[in-house]
Amino acid sequence: MVVKVYGSIRAACPQRVLACLLEFGVDFELINVDLDSNEHKQPEFLQKQPFGQVPVIEDGDFRLFESRAIMRYYARKYADRNPKLYGTTLDEKALVDQWLEVEAHHFNDMVYTIVLQKLVIPKMGGKPDLALVQNCEKKLEKVFDIYEQQLSKNRYLAGDCFTLADLSHLPGIRYLINEAELGHMVKEKKNVNSWWCDISNRVAWKKVMQLME
Amino acid sequence: MVVKVYGPDYASPKRVMVCLLEKEIEFETVPVDLITGENRSPEFMKLQPFGSLPVIQDGDYTLFESRAIIRYYAEKYKSQGTNLLGKTIEDQGLVQQWLEVEAHNYHPPLNNLVLHILFSSVLGFRRDEQVIKESEEKLGKVLDVYEDRLSKSRYLAGDFFSLADLSHLPFTSYLVGGVGKEYMIKERKHVSGWWDEISSRPSWQKVLQLFKTPFE
Repeated sequence: MVVKVYGSIRAACPQRVLACLLEFGVDFELINVDLDSNEHKQPEFLQKQPFGQVPVIEDGDFRLFESRAIMRYYARKYADRNPKLYGTTLDEKALVDQWLEVEAHHFNDMVYTIVLQKLVIPKMGGKPDLALVQNCEKKLEKVFDIYEQQLSKNRYLAGDCFTLADLSHLPGIRYLINEAELGHMVKEKKNVNSWWCDISNRVAWKKVMQLME
Repeated sequence: MVVKVYGPDYASPKRVMVCLLEKEIEFETVPVDLITGENRSPEFMKLQPFGSLPVIQDGDYTLFESRAIIRYYAEKYKSQGTNLLGKTIEDQGLVQQWLEVEAHNYHPPLNNLVLHILFSSVLGFRRDEQVIKESEEKLGKVLDVYEDRLSKSRYLAGDFFSLADLSHLPFTSYLVGGVGKEYMIKERKHVSGWWDEISSRPSWQKVLQLFKTPFE
């Protein structure tokens, strides 16, 4: 049975899930949810995801939302297909969870605000808060400084292997480089830049980019 | 060797401490003073480069981010103390889902309320009434979803107490206490019943007894 993924290929959180499913070789069907027309806030969708957010997956009778929960679920279910993605020991797994939490709280919050202010609000005809954007950019620089240090000691965030923690950054960094035009934040840092080149060249992520076209 | 938990006075470390108590894991605490900026000292930032609390040290092993720490101990000591992860892979998926909901939907507006109402004067920033008003509205909408969920399920992930429920304890304790918005919980019948049940667990009562907040 094919996993149904409800979301938009252009949205970060569904992209995160699709990249993960591709890494684990899980077949899926992407069912578009039209964010521009607010389909995610309509009663039919709210039955699946009561917070009105994408993505949601349906795997037979089992339904799950929150992209990082979905990743962890499939990493557990198909651990034998790609054991290093979520750590092979408990200690390694906890470091993956640690850097996933860092991505979720320190990195994502900044990127989300920048994208909201620079892209979404102007698109809806509103005025962006440029002071807020500047503040977020400063904070994001500090986060990348820490990543630069971490990546000078390890090839990837949680250690020597590519894991969910690295994968989770792919959609956000893509936005930063493309639509937000803040690619210099990545390119100016030697280790962050090599890491980005490595992870964004993975087959699974390239397939997600193809689906975007 | 006993687990060391840094910053026991604050809410996020308490998320870890209540988990360790549920799992019957011994620990000791190391005070870190946020008000004087001890979390920004070079020594502390060697342990936690973002300067946030908590960090744990378990022998040679260091881990930060409270929700990573609770996941680690819940699994490492799966056969000891309370089972906080459910029985099946699907149960665990739901625990992860509601833990993410707590982190992304519940925590941010509640954290704003805590920061502006409780911490603004001690930390020296302006209390923003607009942020307070918007955060209360956002949190109210999240609690409405919880009310619906908890009308169908005893706990968030199902009929078992899990990491997802546990994760709500420290900051909700601020909400009904110092923040002064207990009505947000009490006005919702099922949320209120759930809160009464989880906050009266011996593990949480012990945390409240043994570890003060910065305002006590």
